[in-house]
Amino acid sequence: MNLMHILKRFFVLAAFVPALAVASDHAVLDQAPIKLNDVASIQNGARVFVNYCLNCHAASHMRYNRLMDLGLTEQQIKDNLMFTTEKIGDHMKVAMNGKEAAKWFGAQPPDLSVIARSRGADWLYTYLRTFYRDDTRTTGWNNLAFPNVGMPHALAELQGEQVLEEEKKPEGEAAHGAHEAPKKLVIAIPGSMTAAQYDATVADLVNYLVFMGEPARGKRVQIGILTLLFLAVLFVFAYALKKEYWKDVH
Amino acid sequence: MSKTAALVQWIDERFPLTSMWKQHLSEYYAPKNFNFWYYFGSLALMVLVIQILSGIFLTMHYKPDAALAFGSVEYIMRDVPWGWLVRYIHSTGASMFFIVVYLHMFRGLLYGSYRKPRELIWIFGMLIYLCLMAEAFFGYLLPWGQMSYWGAQVIVNLFAAVPFVGEDLSVWIRGDYVVSDATLNRFFAFHVIAIPLVLIGLVAAHILALHEVGSNNPDGVEIKKKKDPKTGIPLDGIPFHPYYTVKDIVGVVVFLMVFTIVVFFLPEVGGYFLEYNNFIPADPMKTPPHIAPVWYFTPYYAMLRAVPAMFGSQFPGVIVMGAAVVIFFMLPWLDRGKAKSIRYRGPLFKGWLWTFVVTFVILGWLGVNPTDFLGKVGSSDLEMATLLARIFTTIYFLFFLLMPWYTAIDREQPEPERVTG
Repeated sequence: MNLMHILKRFFVLAAFVPALAVASDHAVLDQAPIKLNDVASIQNGARVFVNYCLNCHAASHMRYNRLMDLGLTEQQIKDNLMFTTEKIGDHMKVAMNGKEAAKWFGAQPPDLSVIARSRGADWLYTYLRTFYRDDTRTTGWNNLAFPNVGMPHALAELQGEQVLEEEKKPEGEAAHGAHEAPKKLVIAIPGSMTAAQYDATVADLVNYLVFMGEPARGKRVQIGILTLLFLAVLFVFAYALKKEYWKDVH
Repeated sequence: MSKTAALVQWIDERFPLTSMWKQHLSEYYAPKNFNFWYYFGSLALMVLVIQILSGIFLTMHYKPDAALAFGSVEYIMRDVPWGWLVRYIHSTGASMFFIVVYLHMFRGLLYGSYRKPRELIWIFGMLIYLCLMAEAFFGYLLPWGQMSYWGAQVIVNLFAAVPFVGEDLSVWIRGDYVVSDATLNRFFAFHVIAIPLVLIGLVAAHILALHEVGSNNPDGVEIKKKKDPKTGIPLDGIPFHPYYTVKDIVGVVVFLMVFTIVVFFLPEVGGYFLEYNNFIPADPMKTPPHIAPVWYFTPYYAMLRAVPAMFGSQFPGVIVMGAAVVIFFMLPWLDRGKAKSIRYRGPLFKGWLWTFVVTFVILGWLGVNPTDFLGKVGSSDLEMATLLARIFTTIYFLFFLLMPWYTAIDREQPEPERVTG
């Protein structure tokens, strides 16, 4: 590593680039195409979440009635999103026994309340789209973002089954093949969705996970703008007051 | 006599209200030439108040229990009205406290504010800095996330490196063989009452000592040397109130704008103010691959890692890290220059001061990263980051250790008689 590289790294870091801090594994992550203000997308994500995730994974800090922040009514939530409890103020818990689950999967499925805050949206978006068939694993599944993951592909019926194939190189380049050939994922058995539909669904799900990680986020940004406006006005008066007093200091 | 005046008189006969007001505010004469760098003292005081107030409200809802702590923080973030705001104010305040204090200390270096007759102000200030580090360290365990847990584990293990008594000492600190519920409980006690009490006492001592000798200024001249023969008021002094109170209000508003931007728009600051791994509940069975303290400790952490183990013990690294903080206390006696302010210092001090600042920042940057993040040096086994950390640790100490020499032989300019505005 030469000096220019070190300097470059230093300045990138100094600019507080968030990605560097999470880059524990060096897999390249796809950018999650999520819009945090897109309520319809978050609603759809909530639907996918309660149907596909909330069987093994709990979100034990999230209450069902917090979904009313998404413009849903209590009745809509009860009718469409609540399968295991009657009380709208309940937390999103699951019936699965954690100790048993640890035996089945090798680890207890983590609570997902703040998973978007620890993993980041891009990692989740990449992870949920890079499951592939691997017969060497006990579940039959492996993952590019999370190698040797204990979780099977819960969304396989939507995405279909991917396999990891060696990428075919153009003629002539094979001579350089000292490195391992690059690999890519291809759909072997199609699911109920096209690739584009599936990507959009996962984006919605990730959007929901981000919302669930910090439900107060929308309010936070709104109040922040008002606070800054107030301080800007206060600054004008504070500065004028200072000028007035200091005009007799020479 | 008006009713207010009568009331004040009634109090003055029983408590020195008016005389204290005069002594510390309306008749405390501060130099009229304070610049940008002089905002950070009053800002540090304000951040202390912000931390205490927001901390009180967090304490009402937080549970210092290993099984409940993580969940109670999420409860504050979701179910407590305005809890998310109070929590973000407190987490942002912690980092902002260090930013403000580092700038305040840098001001002291710039203008020689630690020099005679202000040695005690500097020492009280350094004690405040030590308390602040302890306060931040104890507080960081409370959210009971992975970084909380393993960060505490690493720091407490430093005490285990002390020869002979280390193991017993670390068990005594933790109250257990690993960081556990017992540790969380006592750290909570230190964070919410023990350290804050000491901190407030030290802040009072810092300000009392300051008001005894009077403030320094960007020219480093003593304004008390030139007084109006009739009134006895320093010619270059102005009453702190109202002049500096109204000026500091402007500084406070600007500071609050920065504070607001962090709290409302980027409370995590890319993982530097709130680390991503700390959103994973503490797991004693699972060590994270990369443990880094929060940014304000990383220069010292880099120094700790830079020192190789000797005789199978990490103790030398611990000594170096401790010495890096303690050596600040010696500053008033290491500096042999005649001029206080950077304005009249020679090229040697200026060069060393800026080298020191760059060194501190680079050490901080090395400390947030894993030791292997820059690769190896050439074909050797030595990590580039470790080599850099060793070089800059050496420079860090040379700034202090060579100071008696380079400040004595420096080509300084004469200080002016009066402040230059």
